[in-house]
Amino acid sequence: MMSANETPLLEVRHLVKHFPIKSGVLIDREVGRVRAVDDVSLTVNQGETLGLVGESGCGKSTLCRTILQLLEPTSGSVRFEGQEIAGASQRELRPVRRQMQMIFQDPYASLNPRKRVGQIVGDPMRLHGLASGAELKRDVQALLERVGLSPEHYNRFPFEFSGGQRQRIGIARALGLKPKLIVADEPVSALDVSIQAQIINLLDDLQHEFGLTYIFVAHDLGVVRQVSDRIAVMYLGKIVESATAPELYSNPVHPYTVALLSAVPIPDPKENAAREPLIIEGDVPSPADPPPACRFHTRCPWATEICSEVEPPLMDFGEGRIAACHHPRNVSRVQANGAQIVPESPKSAGETRPDSEPAPTV
Amino acid sequence: MSLLQVSDLQVRFETEDGTVKAVDGVSFEVDAGEALGIVGESGCGKSVANLTILGLTRGQNTTVSGSAMFEGEDLIATDTEQLQRVRGNEIAMIFQDPLSSLHPFYKVGAQLVEAIAVHQEIGREKARARAVELLGLVGVPAPERRVDDYPHEFSGGMRQRAMIAMALANDPKLLIADEPTTALDVTTQAQILQLLERLQDELGMAVILVTHDLGVIAEIADRVLVMYAGRIVEQGTLDEIFYDPQHPYTWGLLGSLSRLDRPRPKRLPQIRGLPPSLLSPPQGCHFRPRCPLAHKQCEKVPPLESRLPEAPAHLDRCWLEPEKKRSLRVVEDRIGLEEPAA
Repeated sequence: MMSANETPLLEVRHLVKHFPIKSGVLIDREVGRVRAVDDVSLTVNQGETLGLVGESGCGKSTLCRTILQLLEPTSGSVRFEGQEIAGASQRELRPVRRQMQMIFQDPYASLNPRKRVGQIVGDPMRLHGLASGAELKRDVQALLERVGLSPEHYNRFPFEFSGGQRQRIGIARALGLKPKLIVADEPVSALDVSIQAQIINLLDDLQHEFGLTYIFVAHDLGVVRQVSDRIAVMYLGKIVESATAPELYSNPVHPYTVALLSAVPIPDPKENAAREPLIIEGDVPSPADPPPACRFHTRCPWATEICSEVEPPLMDFGEGRIAACHHPRNVSRVQANGAQIVPESPKSAGETRPDSEPAPTV
Repeated sequence: MSLLQVSDLQVRFETEDGTVKAVDGVSFEVDAGEALGIVGESGCGKSVANLTILGLTRGQNTTVSGSAMFEGEDLIATDTEQLQRVRGNEIAMIFQDPLSSLHPFYKVGAQLVEAIAVHQEIGREKARARAVELLGLVGVPAPERRVDDYPHEFSGGMRQRAMIAMALANDPKLLIADEPTTALDVTTQAQILQLLERLQDELGMAVILVTHDLGVIAEIADRVLVMYAGRIVEQGTLDEIFYDPQHPYTWGLLGSLSRLDRPRPKRLPQIRGLPPSLLSPPQGCHFRPRCPLAHKQCEKVPPLESRLPEAPAHLDRCWLEPEKKRSLRVVEDRIGLEEPAA
């Protein structure tokens, strides 16, 4: 981690991405909006890994794409090395794009089946003018070797590789442009357990070697803990909690984080039988029609009246824990009384104080 | 007597590139009311073995040998017509992806009614009432109303519940669940696992749970089979597999898990290399090329047998001495697979 006085590599403030729902044959009338990302702020420092977790449909992939300007933000700001990139033109974005690369979830769909590995990895480097000719081939082969493939794979096609090897090709492609930030969207969830560990360890090595900064998206909380310095938890388009990795796992503040952690089965029969998991009922509501105020109140075992009336602000509960909840968990009275609203808190949130008495256990 | 007894099951597929030995001599049994977990990575043959038991891999390019005795009847040898009486009736199956397992054109209720009417002489009204009852049983809220919904109106978790309801329609004695929670989110997965456990208790049916997730196994199974490249490499009770695993592959699987109840390791232990191609599997022990403990003897296939005098039902396929294994498998105070120190 870096000292606090340096400019963060990436600063996202109040980022919003809504998708209009249109209806009508001749005149497109907007009849609603899917609030995929709804006022999200986050900061990623140079050299750190930010984990982003949440269930399907919570907006984590949309958030990544909006940060990278693959989707145009509805509003809000994205600063990369201090430079505003939200709403920038394609021409302005081009040099920035090289610095921000992405690794995708599906190693089958993200590689062009008609191109050879050498082209897949080399073309972006050539297009950005990083290398050409014999030098390019040498660079690509060195990269392939670095990610655990062999230089002879240069002329092969993607179908000749297994899932884990394809993911290595995707990593080499991202790495070739010497990026500063790599956004990895569920990079291991399509892989087998024994291969997952290989890819995670590779990403870890590369981070140290090249000083990379990662945003690591996953729904698997074990994987996220392994790679992340800090973790943000998303629910229905909002960040409900963010904390350092050890704090999030030992002292989760938001009930949704508590439920997520509790839902992961422990691969140990005795410990599994000994614990009483908190299983939340129901499904994630539609982001086209999210519940008012706190979006989790429809499923939260601790919800009260206020949760459906006032949106809780994001507050700093100390020890690097920031959460938006009226009835925070694992928070002492002193911490609850001392909690301050952070500037990243959504604009629509209220200014109510959280409970000062710890809420009863359920 | 066991409910299902599979003996020396072999499944081969002829492809353009050669013969794929998807299942290579698998034998196991399931007792009434028992939950058997089958764990392994993609391509290890865990799904093919189960599909074959139900006759779902029959085809021109498939060669099947061995037997699967269910209530005195060999499901491998029997004809398709007879199998249809067993499928969805005495043995039911649920699949990984509930969306592609439900027909998008028909209402969920209609699909349930069909599943009931195929196997039972029952009137329309009664079948529909049973469909509502089943949806209620698996925890679909307002079943009288939801029975008339189409699959796309159900969420992922609800669809899997509907699939389970359909599987339960005829009170099966055995339910085969093939990765039933893999496509679901963790909170939904927890709901479905809880449901399966409750149903198994209430209805007393046997369950074969196929999964790659040892956490899910720990939650549900009584006994466990570990499969690798078409073969069973280890089998035993839940506690035997988790606390006294005998095969290096099982150690590797247990070691490479990132456990939330333990401090985070500096580095995730990994199993080196890739699973072998089933077109040309390695000679001898299939795990040999990835096993840091492999030696000369591993070029011969180790039999699946009991090597522990105190646990005769705990079988494994590894030549190493049990005593030696107990010291080799400890990596930083936990079970894992690593290069032995020189």
